[in-house]
Amino acid sequence: MSEHDHDHDHSELSPMELRVRALETVLADKGYIDPAALDVLIDTYQTRIGPRNGARVVARAWVDPGFRDWLRRDASAAIASLGYSGRQGEHMVVVENTPARHNMVVCTLCSCYPWPVLGLPPTWYKSAPYRSRAVREPRSVLAEFGVTLPDATEVRVWDSTAEVRYLVLPMRPAGTDGLDEEALAALVTRDSMIGTGLPLAPPARAR
Amino acid sequence: MSRYVSHADLGGQRGHGRVVPEPEGDLFHAPWEPRALALTLAMGATGSWNIDMSRAARETLPDYARLTYYEVWFEALVKLLVERELALPDELLLGRALHRARPVTRTLWAADVSTALAKGSPTLREAGTPPRFAPGQAVRMYAGEVPHHTRLPRYVRGKRGTVVRVLGPHVFADAHALGRGEDPRWLYTVAFRGTELWPRRADAGEAALLEVSVDAWEPYLEAA
Repeated sequence: MSEHDHDHDHSELSPMELRVRALETVLADKGYIDPAALDVLIDTYQTRIGPRNGARVVARAWVDPGFRDWLRRDASAAIASLGYSGRQGEHMVVVENTPARHNMVVCTLCSCYPWPVLGLPPTWYKSAPYRSRAVREPRSVLAEFGVTLPDATEVRVWDSTAEVRYLVLPMRPAGTDGLDEEALAALVTRDSMIGTGLPLAPPARAR
Repeated sequence: MSRYVSHADLGGQRGHGRVVPEPEGDLFHAPWEPRALALTLAMGATGSWNIDMSRAARETLPDYARLTYYEVWFEALVKLLVERELALPDELLLGRALHRARPVTRTLWAADVSTALAKGSPTLREAGTPPRFAPGQAVRMYAGEVPHHTRLPRYVRGKRGTVVRVLGPHVFADAHALGRGEDPRWLYTVAFRGTELWPRRADAGEAALLEVSVDAWEPYLEAA
């Protein structure tokens, strides 16, 4: 390929795309990184580590009181027993919603988030509006997610300022007695495990 | 030494607008974002800096507020690399290596990624001293300026709270970011009433039924 063609190929790429590509080439040339490792990292967070992991933790807690107790005592170990552990989830704490108390998680200082159970944080979680307002006006933030809590419910916000990561255990929705663990996990949304959402209602036939 | 300014300490600030929810599958918003993420993780694994140094590099970017989050990560990665002369500006401009590589502690190979991620980087350490505070105890947060990276947010400085959990001795972010080693200190969850944090009448509606906690190392706390 001639230099001219090479330039032409890149002409439609954004300046950021070009800078990131340039950096990757330099770091690979110098032997600091293995480009194939980048592919594995990306694939891991696109296909293997995401909020379905956390949903399985929640569903297990809903059906198994022993597991729920274990989560209360040692969330890191209980969660690791389902195969979810490691980077950005080394020290886990699970916080339980009740009719009296609704939990919400934020990182006002950066973007700390429990990766092994929820994957990569959504854009809003890392954004200035969420980080600034979650600790001051969480009900108004919840309203923007379409969530309204009963007036008497206290909001409890956990600001992840160290290396402990928080997972919200939402309340099991009514009308789900007949559902198995897998069907329950399907009701658990990512936002319900951050505290900015509630689990989905069960399909009509399950009621 | 010039004053340390973090642009990332956003808790309680006004004027940032609405939160925009997004669906679960929307992880990336430009083709370069996953690459920038993976480069950051892979370079982190080389041991050339620690996570607190990378947080310090991000929060002190002068244009932090106008960058997207992955732009913040990328610019901080460039800063860390250039500071350590692992890569130099002329190389980044041309997109090829022009100078000799500097040694790094390790390289993250594709075959080792899943083991490395599953292991993570735990920060809990052995206790050297007993904890000064216990659950239920009232504490007041350090109120002054901190002339370096810290994980003590401004909105709790000088505020009175209650220890709700003792989390054990953890690598102390402030010392770690400064390159002073791990210096493990006791870490506590400290909870504050909404009315303590937000005493203004305009906040009364939300503050009345609100409790907020931070995780704070012992040097941030004094008995109250």
